[in-house]
Amino acid sequence: MSGAIIETGGLTREFRVRDGKRRRLLTAVDGLTVRIEPGEAVGYIGANGAGKSTTIKMITGILVPTSGSVLTCGLRPVPDRRRLARQVGVVFGQRSQLWWDLPVRESFRILAAIHMLSRAEESDRTAELVDQLELGDFLSIPVRQLSLGQRMRAEVAAALLHSPRLVILDEPTIGLDVLSKQRLREFLMGERRRHGTTLLLTTHDMGDVERLCDRILVIDHGRLAYDGDLPGLSRTVGAERVLVVDLAAPVPDLTDLESARHLSSEGGGLRQRLAFDAERTTAAKVLAAVSDKAEVLDLTVEEPDIEDVVRRIYAAGRLVTIVGSLREPGADLVGFGGADGGIAGEGFPPVVPGLNRVADGLAGAGEPAVRVGLL
Amino acid sequence: MASTAEATGLRERLRPYRAVLASRARSQRAYRTNFAIDLGSSLLVGLVELAEIWVLFSNVTALGGMRFNQILLVFGLADLAFSLADLSFGHLDTLPDYLRAGTLDAFYLRPQPILLQLITSDISLRRLARAAVGAAALGIGLATAGVSWGPRTAVLVTLALVSGYATFAGLFVAAAGLQFFLLDGAEMTNAFVYGGRYSASQPASVWSRPLKLVFGFFFPMAFTAYLPAVTILGLPGTDWLPPWLGWCAPIAAVWSWLMGLLCWRWGLRHYQGGGG
Repeated sequence: MSGAIIETGGLTREFRVRDGKRRRLLTAVDGLTVRIEPGEAVGYIGANGAGKSTTIKMITGILVPTSGSVLTCGLRPVPDRRRLARQVGVVFGQRSQLWWDLPVRESFRILAAIHMLSRAEESDRTAELVDQLELGDFLSIPVRQLSLGQRMRAEVAAALLHSPRLVILDEPTIGLDVLSKQRLREFLMGERRRHGTTLLLTTHDMGDVERLCDRILVIDHGRLAYDGDLPGLSRTVGAERVLVVDLAAPVPDLTDLESARHLSSEGGGLRQRLAFDAERTTAAKVLAAVSDKAEVLDLTVEEPDIEDVVRRIYAAGRLVTIVGSLREPGADLVGFGGADGGIAGEGFPPVVPGLNRVADGLAGAGEPAVRVGLL
Repeated sequence: MASTAEATGLRERLRPYRAVLASRARSQRAYRTNFAIDLGSSLLVGLVELAEIWVLFSNVTALGGMRFNQILLVFGLADLAFSLADLSFGHLDTLPDYLRAGTLDAFYLRPQPILLQLITSDISLRRLARAAVGAAALGIGLATAGVSWGPRTAVLVTLALVSGYATFAGLFVAAAGLQFFLLDGAEMTNAFVYGGRYSASQPASVWSRPLKLVFGFFFPMAFTAYLPAVTILGLPGTDWLPPWLGWCAPIAAVWSWLMGLLCWRWGLRHYQGGGG
């Protein structure tokens, strides 16, 4: 089977919701067109309620689209659900697919039966997963007695037992400690390397996206707001990392560093927060620059928060819509510069680079409007 | 691989369901004291319902043209069939729990039909105690109610039990389907599932005509026990419910499943949002 592993065209899903006494139509996914090739690792991010789960449910055949098309592994998810189930594995971070009162091993046995694995396939694959995910210590413990980290690893193994071509993970690292997260990520990278598995994951964790994904889709109010790689996303929104340094003695605010920007100080300058662009410099360089001026006792690096990235993308998208309405009809927005999405002045506010005009039209009488998006 | 799958045939096709059911059964028996208490309480419920009839008959000698041991036959048929249906299908009317826990979504990710997965996802072995009460009542009824023994009776009893089981099972499927729509749907579906069970163990001859329409035909409860009992005992039956209808119990079962599957299909479509 050649071709895309996921292909959607104008995929749309509406829900009727009760709003007090009236019923109102809510568009959870709005004209989503995306193509994912076999072997890709795609991060699917967006705020809560942006439409991530709805998309996943349409991809896996749980929900019927209101309009538009979707093909998963070349199959139509709803009519071909049972055939599709053999090729897709899904991990829901906050829901369990295991049997609560059964030992992990027993759950795997049942799932192997459900997916009709032969005895040989079952034992080979179980052994591989037990080894890779380090499940050996708790195979005979009932699921309800596992720690969250152990349970997530068991969940992932359960979803991957039938060696699916496509693995969808919904918030796989939520609530896990740093070590558990890292283990899980390493396993997923290895799984992809060994079997060419396609990964699609939703997450609120920037670390997941950075370490696992080579492509990122940002969804906002059901619409695709960004499709590209992580450096592009960081460039687009100017996501910065923050280096927090604890100094031996109070030092005046470090505002004169070349590689970093001073954000704030505490304790009269004992602790300072410095923002830097990971694309242009490294934490080590910033640290070296700080060390020239003061003795550093301790440090932490804060990852750019995915919520923040998403917020910036959203803000950028909306800002430009406003900008567009100031322009002539059909004006081309490509090339309007500016490093960040904030409004720098009146008249010609800076536009986030990477923006492109998607569509334009007249919003009202004599009121030029341009709809733009990020490409 | 395809050829080996075909060769092993039905047994292999049933493997997923057997695996789940066997583990459910094992886990219920794993805690012996707990299981014993479950069995005990289930037995008690069965006995209380039987006692209800006994109390009634310590005040009257006949009800709806039936004596106590004849009623025992009706009660036994209805209760045995219902308990067995409850044992294997009873968890269907806790569908909202499955929805809340996301278990139903997990079913979508497995290569079996959703309804079959739901049916085989659990089993309540404690209902065996209740079934034992039904079986005992049926045995005593058959032995004392003046049944003329022969192949005809054996066929009728078997027909009644199998059809009754299927009829009640169909009701559970309908209840599950409707609970996709109804908030607190269990309140409403209990009315016809447990109301149905209750009415099934009564002689339909005491019902008013509207009741005969509802629990005689729409929810075909009279077909699970009263009508077969009338046919077995050679009683005259009652208005709208002649004794030959006892032979039509399988038709009632088919009708019940038709309703059940329709409700289920309707509910599932609603869940997926593919329109009614």
